[in-house]
Amino acid sequence: MDLKFTPEEAAFRAEVRAFIAENVPKDARETLRAGRHVSKDQLVRWTRILNDKGWSVPHWPVEYGGTGWDPIRQYIFLDEMQRAPAPQMLPFGHSMVGPVIYTFGSDEQKARFLPRIANLDDWWCQGFSEPGAGSDLAGLSTRAVREGDHYVVNGQKTWTTLGQYADWIFCLVRTDPQAPKKQMGISFLLIDMKTPGITVRPIRTIEGGHEVNEVFFTDVKVPAENLVGEENRGWDYAKFLLGNERTGIAGVGATKERIRRLKEIAKAEPAGTGVVWDDQRFREKVAAVEIELKALEMTQLRVVSAEARRGHGKPDPASSILKIKGTELQQAATELLMEAIGPFALPYEAEEIEGRNEPPVGPDYAAPIAPNYFNMRKVSIYGGSNEIQKNIIAKAILGL
Amino acid sequence: MDFDLSEEQSLIKDSVTRLLRAEYGFEAREKHRAEEPGFSKKIWQSFAELGLFAIPFDEADGGLGAGPVETMIVMEAFGRALVVEPYLASVVMTGAALRHAASAEQRAAIVPGLVEGTSRLAFAFAERATRYDLSRIAMEAKRDGGGFRLSGEKTLVLHGDTATGFVVAARTAGAPGDTAGLGLFHVPAEAQGLSRRGFETQDGMRAAELSFADVIVPQDAVLGDPEGGWPAIARIEAEAIAALCAEAVGSMERMVELTVAYIKERKQFGVPIAAFQVLQHRASEMYMALEQARSMAIFAAMSAGESDEAARRAAISAAKVQIGRSGRFIGQNAVQLHGGVGVTMEYEIAHHFKRQAMIDLAFGDADHHLKLVADAGGMDERD
Repeated sequence: MDLKFTPEEAAFRAEVRAFIAENVPKDARETLRAGRHVSKDQLVRWTRILNDKGWSVPHWPVEYGGTGWDPIRQYIFLDEMQRAPAPQMLPFGHSMVGPVIYTFGSDEQKARFLPRIANLDDWWCQGFSEPGAGSDLAGLSTRAVREGDHYVVNGQKTWTTLGQYADWIFCLVRTDPQAPKKQMGISFLLIDMKTPGITVRPIRTIEGGHEVNEVFFTDVKVPAENLVGEENRGWDYAKFLLGNERTGIAGVGATKERIRRLKEIAKAEPAGTGVVWDDQRFREKVAAVEIELKALEMTQLRVVSAEARRGHGKPDPASSILKIKGTELQQAATELLMEAIGPFALPYEAEEIEGRNEPPVGPDYAAPIAPNYFNMRKVSIYGGSNEIQKNIIAKAILGL
Repeated sequence: MDFDLSEEQSLIKDSVTRLLRAEYGFEAREKHRAEEPGFSKKIWQSFAELGLFAIPFDEADGGLGAGPVETMIVMEAFGRALVVEPYLASVVMTGAALRHAASAEQRAAIVPGLVEGTSRLAFAFAERATRYDLSRIAMEAKRDGGGFRLSGEKTLVLHGDTATGFVVAARTAGAPGDTAGLGLFHVPAEAQGLSRRGFETQDGMRAAELSFADVIVPQDAVLGDPEGGWPAIARIEAEAIAALCAEAVGSMERMVELTVAYIKERKQFGVPIAAFQVLQHRASEMYMALEQARSMAIFAAMSAGESDEAARRAAISAAKVQIGRSGRFIGQNAVQLHGGVGVTMEYEIAHHFKRQAMIDLAFGDADHHLKLVADAGGMDERD
C-alpha cells in the first residue's frame, strides 16, 4: 500500500494542469468560474482542442481513440478538468453511448459514430426516461415495430438533457411487449434527430433554464442497422451504461471548485461589522462539507484503484456510494453558496439577458447562485435516484 | 498511488486475523478482560511472538521499521475483535514518544523490553483541566540537579494500573496553554513517590490515576529537550489518533456485519426484517458511513508521518471528525436495528457501541476537531 501519488503520477498531473491552463478557452473558463453554463459553441471548441491532443475520450480503448491511461491517470485528468475549471465533456456520447457502441455495436457503427463522438461532430442525447418510467426504467412503453429493413418508433421520451442541440438520440424502446419479463423485451436504438416524426418540446426547469426536453416520436422510421447488439437485449446494454455513469458522477473536483468560490464569496460578503466568513458556525459548516469531500475523494480513489485491478468494464456497486455522497455534497455546496450570498440571492436574472446593459442588483457574482441551488436538486434524482442507489447497495453489497 | 497491501503487509494482516479468529471471539474476549491485569498475558505474549510490538520501531532499535499503514492494519483487526490488550498505550503512544523524543541510548535501553512484551509503558498526559488540548498540561517538572522532580496528578492514564512504567508529559517552563516548556520523562512504575489508583473504563479496559510526590527523574530518563517536547507530543497525538481511527473502522465494520446478519435472521410479521426497505436503506447508510470512515482512516495513516505540521493537523482532525460521526451513526443504528438484544451486556454489539463512544471522546470529539479544521481555514489543497 502506497498512498502517495508516484512521481510519475505527479508529473502527469503537472502536464495535464499546464495543458488545460494554456488551452482551455478563456471565455469558457470565466463562464464556469461565474457558476454559469457553458454554451454549445464553447463546449465544441474545447472538445476539439482536446481531441487534437488525443485527450477527448481518454477512457476509451486505444483502438477507438483512447489514451491508454490507467484509472488513476484518468482520475487525475478528470480532477484537473473539474478544478481548472474546464468544460466537462458532453457525457451522452463520451461516457454513455460511446462505450456502448464500442462494446456491443457493429463494426459499421463503430466506424461511423465513434470518431464523430470524440470530435463532438455529433451531439448525442439520451432517450431513456419516459413520463411513466423513471426509477422503474424497465417499465418504458415507447414501441418499436420491425417492418422490413427498418423499425417504426412511436412514443415519448422525457428529461432529455440538451436535446435541443442534438443530432442523435440513443433510445430504449420496447420491441417485444409479450416478453415474460419487462426487461427482456427492450432494444437499444440509435436515432437521427432529423428523422421526420420527431418533435422536441422544451421543459423549463425549476431555476428558469432550458436544459431538458420532451421528445415525441410519431411513426419514426429508423433503419434496422441502427439497432445496437441484439434485439431485446437492450436492458443489458442500458445497465452497462448506467454503471459507467455512476463512477463519473461524484463530481469531487467540481465541488472543490465550488467550495473555493464559496470561501471567496463568504470572505467578501458583509455581515455585521465584518464578513460572513467571520462566523464560526458558517466556517464549521463549510469544513464539514470539505471533510466529507476528502473522504469521498479517497473512496473514489479506492474504487478507481480496485477497478484498475479488476479490469475495465464491470461497474463496482460501491460506485453507488460515489453517486449518493457526491450528489449530496454538490447540493450542500450550492446550498452554502446561497447562504453566503444571503439576501442578494433574491434578484432573478434570466440567463438569456446575459449581455445586459443594466448593472446587476447586488454583487455581480450573485445572479447564478440561487438558480444553481434550485437546479442542483436534480442530481440526487437523476442517474438512478439516491434511493435507488441505496437499494443497489442493500442488494448488491449487503445481500439484503 | 496503490491501495493494495504489500506482501509483508498481507502477512501481518493474515497472521493477526488468524490469531484473533482462533483466540479472540467475543466470549473469549470477555474472559481475557476478566483476567488480573485486565487483559490476557497469554495473548499479549502471542502478539509479541507475531512481532506486532516491533512494527513501528526502526530496525536499528530492534524493530521492523514499518509505519502507519502497518499500524493501521493491526489496529483495524484489533477493532473488529475489541482487543483490550494495551497495544495503543504501550506500542503506539509510548512507542511514538520513544521514536520522536528519546536518544539512541535511551531507545537501546527501553525498546527491547517493549518489543519482547516484557515491559509495558503507558503515556501519562491527561490532567483534570487539559480536556482536548495537550498544551494545557500544568503538572510541574522542576529541575533537580541534572534531572527533574515531578509533582502533581495525572489522570485517565490508559492501562496505567498495570504498566511497568510511564512516559509522563510535564511542564518545565511557561504556563498552561504554552506549547513551549513541555518535556517528556520516563518514569518506572516503582519510582519512589509515585502512587496509582486503577479503575475500569466504560469500554471494558483499565486505566489509572497517578499521583507524583517529588518523583525524581534522573537526567538519563529525560526524553529529549525538556522544554521542547511539544513537537514529539503533537506527533504522539497524531499517531494515536490515526491508530484509533483504524481501530474504530475495524469495529464499525464488525457492527455493520453483525447488523446485516441479524436483520436477515430476525423474523417479525412472518418475514425477516431485512425485507423492510426502511431497514435496507438504514443498513446502506451504515455501509456508506463505514466506507467514508475507512477512507479517512487511510487518509489519517498516510498523513500521520507528514512533516508539515499544519497539513498533518488538518488531515488528522478531518479523519477524527469523520470517524466520530460515522462511529456514532453506525453504533446507534446497529443497536437500534438489533432491538432489545442490542442493549444487553451479553451481546457483542453493545460493546462495540461503547468502544465507539469512547474513541470519539479520545483526543477530541468530532465537534472539537471540526472547529480545529474550520479555524485553520478548511481543508486547503496542498498538492
